[in-house]
Amino acid sequence: MSEKKEPLFSAKNLKLITNPLGAQNPITVQVLGICSALAVTAKMEPAIVMGLSVLAVVVFSNLIISLLRNTIPSRIRIIVQLVVVAALVILVDQVLKAFAYEVSKQLSVFVGLIITNCILMGRLEAFALGNKPWQSALDGVGNGAGYAMILIIVAFFRELFGVGTLTFPGLGSIQIIPQSFYDMGYMNNGLMILPPMALIVVGIVIWVQRYRNKSLQES
Amino acid sequence: MELFNLFIKSIFIENMIFAYFLGMCSYLAVSKTVKTSFGLGVAVVFVQIITVPVNFLLNKYVLSEGSLSWISPEYAGVDLSFLSFIIFIATIAAMVQLVEMIVEKYAPALYSQLGIFLPLIAVNCAILGGSLFMQERGYETLAEASVFGLGSGIGWMLAIVGLASIREKMKYSNVPAPLRGLGITFIVTGLMGIAFMSFMGIQL
Repeated sequence: MSEKKEPLFSAKNLKLITNPLGAQNPITVQVLGICSALAVTAKMEPAIVMGLSVLAVVVFSNLIISLLRNTIPSRIRIIVQLVVVAALVILVDQVLKAFAYEVSKQLSVFVGLIITNCILMGRLEAFALGNKPWQSALDGVGNGAGYAMILIIVAFFRELFGVGTLTFPGLGSIQIIPQSFYDMGYMNNGLMILPPMALIVVGIVIWVQRYRNKSLQES
Repeated sequence: MELFNLFIKSIFIENMIFAYFLGMCSYLAVSKTVKTSFGLGVAVVFVQIITVPVNFLLNKYVLSEGSLSWISPEYAGVDLSFLSFIIFIATIAAMVQLVEMIVEKYAPALYSQLGIFLPLIAVNCAILGGSLFMQERGYETLAEASVFGLGSGIGWMLAIVGLASIREKMKYSNVPAPLRGLGITFIVTGLMGIAFMSFMGIQL
C-alpha cells in the first residue's frame, strides 16, 4: 500500500454517511427500494424494525461484496450478490422470528423481499464493486439510515393521523392525540392507514424536499 | 369456477402494485412511455407464469415441513423452509436466464422487443413477491399456483400500462416545479390505488 492512509472518519468518508440522508436519499432521489418501503409504514413499530433490518443487510452485504470484489468474475456477479444478500436476509429473518415474533408476522413477506430491494443491488453495483471495504460499509450505513429515515417519517404521519397513536418497539402504542380532542369532535382519518396514502405521503415528502433544494427539481 | 375467481382476484383485488407495492422500482422507472411499459409488462407476465409454478413444486416437494417424505419416510421430520428465500431467488435468476435464452433462440422478434427488460426482471420484487405469497397463502394445487402467477402478472402489466398512459397525457399539464417527475408520479399512483380500492370487499 503506497497511498497515504486516511483517517477512518475523514471529511470524505463522513460525506458517504451524510449525503444519502439528504441530497442523495435512496428513496426520494435515487428511487431505490420503494417496494418494501411503502407497505410497512402503517405503524411506527414495523417501520423502525424494517429500517433497522435493511440497514443491517446493506452494511454487511456492502462489506462482504467489497471484500470479494476482486475475486468475483463480472459475468456471474449478479448471482453472487443475490446469494450473499439472501444469506444475510435469512439471518435477519431468523433473528426477527426468534426475538420479535409479532413484528415479523406483521412484516410477513416483506423481510424476504429485502433480497430484491433495489437499494441493495443498486448500492452493490454502484459502490461496493469499486470501493474499499471501509468506505463501502459507511456507504451502507448512510443509505440504510436514509431509507430508515423516510420510512419513519412516513409511518409517523400515517399512524398519527390515521389512528392517533404512535407505536414504538418495546413500549407498545402510546396515545398521542388527547381524548379531549375526540370529545370536541376530532376524528381519525381512516384513509391514512390504507396503502395508497403511503404513496401520497412520500409524494409530499419529495415535494417538500425539492421545494427546499432546487437543484433536485426535474424539468 | 374457483380458479376463475382466484384469477380475477389476483388481477384486481390483490393487485401487486396497488395493494402490496411490489415491483415499484421498475414500475416508476420504466413507465415513461406506453410502448416500453407494455414490453416490460409482457416480460413480467411471462416470467411469472413460469417461476410461480416451479417454486410451487419446489416448495411442495422439497422445502416445506415433511415434504421430503417422498424420498423415504425417515425424512418426514425435515423442515427446510428457512431456505426458501435463497432457493426461490436462485430459481428466479436461473429461470430468467433460461427464458432469455429460449426467447432469443425461438422468438427473436419478441426478444428484441423485450430487450434489456428480461435480465432486470430477476430483481423485480413482484416476481419474488409472487412466489412468497404463493408459499404464505398455501395454494394447494399446481393449477391454483399457475393461475395466481398469471393473474398477478397481468395485474402488474395493467397497472404499469395505465400509469404510462397517464404520464404521457400529463406532459401537457402544468405541474408545480418541485413535484415534476417523481413527485407527481407517486401521487398519481396513490390516486390510482384509491380507485383500485373500489374493488376491495368484492366477494367472489
